[in-house]
Amino acid sequence: MESALLYDRLQFAVTSTFHYLFPQLTMGLALPLVYFRTRDLLSADDHFHHVARFWTSIFALSFAFGVVTGIPLEFQFGTNWAKFSNYAGGVIGQTLAMEGVFAFFLESSFLGLLLFGENRFSRRVQWVAALMLFLGSWLSGYFILATNAWMQHPVAYRVAEDGRLVVDSVIGLLSNPWLFWQFAHNMTAAVVTGSFVMAAVGAFYLLAGQHRSHAKTYLRTGVVVGAVASMLMISPTGHENARQVFEYQPIKGAAFEGLFRTERGADVVLVGQPNVETMTIDNPLVIPSALSLLVYYDLYANVKGLDVFALREWPDNIPLLYYSYHIMAGLGTILVAVMGLALLWLWRGRLFQANWLLWLLMLSVPFPYIATTAGWMTTELGRQPWLVYGLLHTADGVSPLVHSGNALFTLIGFLGLYLFLGLLFLFLLAETVRHGPAEPATAGVVSG
Amino acid sequence: METFWFGAVTLMLAVYVVLDGYDFGVGMVSPLVARTDEDRRLVLAAIGPVWSGNEVWLIAAGAVLFLAFPKAYAAGFSGFYLALIIVLWLLMGRGLAIELRGHLDHPLWRQFWDVVFAVTSALLAVVFGAALGNLVRGVPLNAEGYFFVALWTNFLPGPEPGILDWFTLLLALTSVVLLTLHGANFLAMKTMNEVQARARRVARLTGYATVLLVASVLPVLSLVQPSLRLNYDAHPIGYALPLIALAALTAMQVFRAQERDVAAFTSSSLLLFGLLTGIAWGSYPNILIATTDPAHSLTATTASAGSYGLQAAFWWFTIGLTVIIAYQVWIHSLFWGPVKPESGDSSDHYSARKIVPSSPTK
Repeated sequence: MESALLYDRLQFAVTSTFHYLFPQLTMGLALPLVYFRTRDLLSADDHFHHVARFWTSIFALSFAFGVVTGIPLEFQFGTNWAKFSNYAGGVIGQTLAMEGVFAFFLESSFLGLLLFGENRFSRRVQWVAALMLFLGSWLSGYFILATNAWMQHPVAYRVAEDGRLVVDSVIGLLSNPWLFWQFAHNMTAAVVTGSFVMAAVGAFYLLAGQHRSHAKTYLRTGVVVGAVASMLMISPTGHENARQVFEYQPIKGAAFEGLFRTERGADVVLVGQPNVETMTIDNPLVIPSALSLLVYYDLYANVKGLDVFALREWPDNIPLLYYSYHIMAGLGTILVAVMGLALLWLWRGRLFQANWLLWLLMLSVPFPYIATTAGWMTTELGRQPWLVYGLLHTADGVSPLVHSGNALFTLIGFLGLYLFLGLLFLFLLAETVRHGPAEPATAGVVSG
Repeated sequence: METFWFGAVTLMLAVYVVLDGYDFGVGMVSPLVARTDEDRRLVLAAIGPVWSGNEVWLIAAGAVLFLAFPKAYAAGFSGFYLALIIVLWLLMGRGLAIELRGHLDHPLWRQFWDVVFAVTSALLAVVFGAALGNLVRGVPLNAEGYFFVALWTNFLPGPEPGILDWFTLLLALTSVVLLTLHGANFLAMKTMNEVQARARRVARLTGYATVLLVASVLPVLSLVQPSLRLNYDAHPIGYALPLIALAALTAMQVFRAQERDVAAFTSSSLLLFGLLTGIAWGSYPNILIATTDPAHSLTATTASAGSYGLQAAFWWFTIGLTVIIAYQVWIHSLFWGPVKPESGDSSDHYSARKIVPSSPTK
């Protein structure tokens, strides 16, 4: 049973982490795509039409992988976490079904229209489809995050006679106080991913001396959007998220900051290795009193450390949680710096000639992915040992009759399949970028 | 309220089978009707714009089951663990095959995905048929409302059944033949010339097989699960559903002989719809029938998510579904009619270099 729990957890971690590599790009690109389609409607030439087409093809590639890797998540609540589904289905069934009915249908139905309707429908219809994709993908994010927010901070529920939970206010569920900043933080992070990918492709073309007019549009859009979004990602959204963790889940906050002992004027640890046995940070590099200041806006405020909580309430992997948080925050800062520099150079009109900065933009493209993954690991590892915070332990949520042999079988299957899918995606992305967008001059030529 | 949601899940699943059923059918038919690369592109272009929207009916039906009957969702999904995960892998393979085939202009790449598309479609048809068989036959639910069935045991529908036994395999075969027929009807409607002629031929042959299978499955259903008859005895109006199916089956043979493709496709849609809703009529209120002790069966009442939640969801669900039906009908109507090779409806929709000469209206 113990090992079945481990495999169930690993399988959900693997499938959800892998899945989220794709939607963060589609949600992030959906916004600039609406912008490109709007510019296309307003402009006289075809430049933005081809720009939109190129990014629609990358959007579609990522969307296809997002759809096929997303289906397992919807199913796994039932297959691997049957007791959790039975216990909490009366509440989260609402948000998950809303996701299907209001968001997933919208995205899936209109993407086909955009991909196959290229020469059939007017650009106004294509603009509508792009808008629906944006709406669908962001609504989808909203409902999924509403589900997660409820697991982090359960609201709007009642315990029925048989011990299961039922929802007692749909509005309350959708306006969970946890949800607002979580959604804002998550979506700005998705836009950061989208804009880094866009800027990186622009930088690549410029450095390679190809598609210059396209490259400049990608860079301009990517850098302006990316600079704004990466700053919003840190403050206010990231900052407010951390504050609400300290308000509602102080153990998680203490664990990811590496604050083992309660302190007045607590420090922020920049670098250091947490030692859970001795409850200390090895080789610490700190900013004195910064944590008290950031959380309570008071240099001398008291911040609760792990020592005031019982050991059984601690998250079960504190070092990994600590590193996830620090990687997220560290990379987030680097992302702001890179985009800030690029924006400055763009504003001074020198970005397109600054090869070193173009290289930097191009090579930074993995960082937003790593940062969002680490951010989600922070959220989810920090919720342990709870599945529904304060209500249901993770160990009590697994399917009672799915044995470890079956769970390991499917886990291995997913690992193999996702290795293949990951390589396939990178290969196809490289192919798409290598082919590049259609230049207005060559449009109308059928090749291949 | 529970009855409404039982009906809602049934209808969503029936719509799913009718819509995505033709996608599976096209997958199984494509090796038979498409000989050249151009043929295969046409065949894929016939479902390309809509398959993804069709598939969502399954995901949404699962989510609505979760919403309305969480206990049945939990029991069913964990009980059919292996089969469901395999369904996921197959759905992934099929989705990628449709979406990625046109990405590379290389014959081996395309052959690979053509095979993946055909094989995953056929296996999905098998698994969905067997799944229906399992719901009809029942599963060994324990007192807590959970069960676990292996993929196969001794192939007998006894008290400790496997997912595959002779009965569920019979339904799997029926599902393969019915969906092949449905897909062939769809392709006959969406293509022209040789591909259309071949699709019509497949539809004619599978039409005869369907008559045979439906005639043998209907009596077997009520033998394996006699309780299906109870609702029909109590409310004979329910006989309308299987009668619709039989009438549609007869009409389809006539339309097929007259080569009226749209009417034949409509008939096979009604046939699938009538069969599935007919089975659901007999099953109500059972969602999962227990082979162990009838008291363990999970019904619309015992698995319900609670009255406030169902009441609240009734409003947003009805509105949401109306909107979905409106735009899906609109999108289907936009792509109505046979696929034309030169209209840009090719499956090579990604490669930006392939621009067909055109002057899109502004």
